[in-house]
Amino acid sequence: MLEAIAGLRAPAQGRICVGDSVWFDTDAGVDLPPERRSVGLVFQDYALFPHMTVARNVAFGGRERADEMMALVGISHLAGARPGEISGGERQRTALARALACDPAVLLLDEPLAALDPATRADVRARLAELVGHLDVPVLMVTHDMADAAALQCDVAVMDQGRVVQRGARADLLARPATPAVARLMGANLLPGTARPGPAGLTEVVLDTGGTVLSGEGGTGRVGVVVDPWEVSLVHGRPGDSQLNHVTGTVASLTPAGNRVRVQVGPVTADVTALSADRMGLVVGAPVTAVFKALATRLVPLAGETPPAAA
Amino acid sequence: MRHGFTAIQALALSLALAFLVLPVVAVFLQVSPAAMFSQLGGEAATKAIVVSLRTNLIADVIIIVVGTPAAWLLARHRTFPGRRLVVTLLELPLVLPPAVAGIALLVTFGRTGLLGGQLEALGVSIPFTEVAVVMAIIFVAGPFYLRQAITSFEAVDPRLVQAAATLGARPWRTFRAVVLPLALGGLAGGWALAFARGMGEFGATLIFAGSLPGVTQTLPLAIYSEMNRNLDTALAIGGLLIVIAAAMLLAVKMIPSWNPDPNSSPTSARRFATSPSTPR
Repeated sequence: MLEAIAGLRAPAQGRICVGDSVWFDTDAGVDLPPERRSVGLVFQDYALFPHMTVARNVAFGGRERADEMMALVGISHLAGARPGEISGGERQRTALARALACDPAVLLLDEPLAALDPATRADVRARLAELVGHLDVPVLMVTHDMADAAALQCDVAVMDQGRVVQRGARADLLARPATPAVARLMGANLLPGTARPGPAGLTEVVLDTGGTVLSGEGGTGRVGVVVDPWEVSLVHGRPGDSQLNHVTGTVASLTPAGNRVRVQVGPVTADVTALSADRMGLVVGAPVTAVFKALATRLVPLAGETPPAAA
Repeated sequence: MRHGFTAIQALALSLALAFLVLPVVAVFLQVSPAAMFSQLGGEAATKAIVVSLRTNLIADVIIIVVGTPAAWLLARHRTFPGRRLVVTLLELPLVLPPAVAGIALLVTFGRTGLLGGQLEALGVSIPFTEVAVVMAIIFVAGPFYLRQAITSFEAVDPRLVQAAATLGARPWRTFRAVVLPLALGGLAGGWALAFARGMGEFGATLIFAGSLPGVTQTLPLAIYSEMNRNLDTALAIGGLLIVIAAAMLLAVKMIPSWNPDPNSSPTSARRFATSPSTPR
């Protein structure tokens, strides 16, 4: 998609315009070459010119703004170094400065963190978010990692099989995923089943994996029950509290992440603190029950079986 | 058993090395360096040196000026229909016997040749002139440069070309500032190969341009004509051509090509690609 905007790939059909200027329009027969589109593209692998210094790379975009942009992204001290001599994060900032130096009408970031190793990614992500927040240029970023979108605090458009399936703030997507793909992307559990009216105004969903779940949301037919891993608690035996939903199974896997442990119980993923996992004596193969409130669930229609909500 | 086979391999290598190196060494053993220098100062040799250098330099300028943009076009468009055929046709002179090249040029540009009538109408006669020498060199040596240039341009990451375009660079600026510097090492290697081949050109030149001292008699042709008259002159010219060829080969091997990864092996194949470029 970014290549289409930048003019490196021609879409079969459509129209690309930024502000008042039309860059591509199949109906009008417009297709400007990349060099005539005011676009700053940061490639996934940065595509820095290996035979030029950092300063000359940035100046390639625009001589006048080069020094200012290098200072902005904090690489002035690397001016004389070649791309092969600096770190991945520094390369990314060089690519960003180079793209900004040509004073683009739109800044395109193609998975800007994918080329970095996980250890430095969080750090570079934070810096990138701060930088992008200071720019008065529209930024379009493509990512497969929701953490990137979260860091940049921007509007998110989720693309699935070439189509935008949902657009909105990240919080909205989290609260109300329009499709199962969005729910999965946000890291939520998705339990497929069939919905029917349940007791006390609740909806009862018969899960494909067996058992039933109650939801506070309305829905009929084929649905996916969406519940966030941090809304799921684990207990031994049958709970007697207000949590209406329980899925009993054995622990399939335990994945520690910092002070938390991600536990897979049957079809359900639960995030529990490392402390409680320890106290419960969770081990792979141990029987355990996952519980969550009916109000912690959302229902999404399953793809292909009901038309998606009006966009 | 294994030791026996290793011994056979070592013997084969020694044999090959001796057979290939001994004649080269013999040239220098036959004539002392001092005698060589004095022979090269003689009339026949000096004239041939001038003819060879001048025709080769003119030919190389034409090869580079025409070959570089042509190679860039072929490297940039890797999938158009007929590309394989075009590249193969360009490489054909590499495997063509030089005598065939000479007679082919003659029947094309000779007085009774394909374009002979048109050329005569323009008052131009090419065979047996310095122009014919230049054309013979371009025909046999040009493909060496072309092939290496295509390989070198193909090795330039297309992402960098795209990046330059998104930064507002027109195709010419992209070529000059990004593509050319990155391919320069390979291009220089291609030129060195073409120059070495051109300096040694004999068969096509003899048939198409003859061997007129001071006009079309290049160094290899001078060896042939001096051999019966003054063997020492012929050997001296031979020694000179050996030195030039060795220098070119050394230059090709030592040319620093741009290496994006400083840790990768300096003898990696990319530095000195001589394999035929194949469309990818």
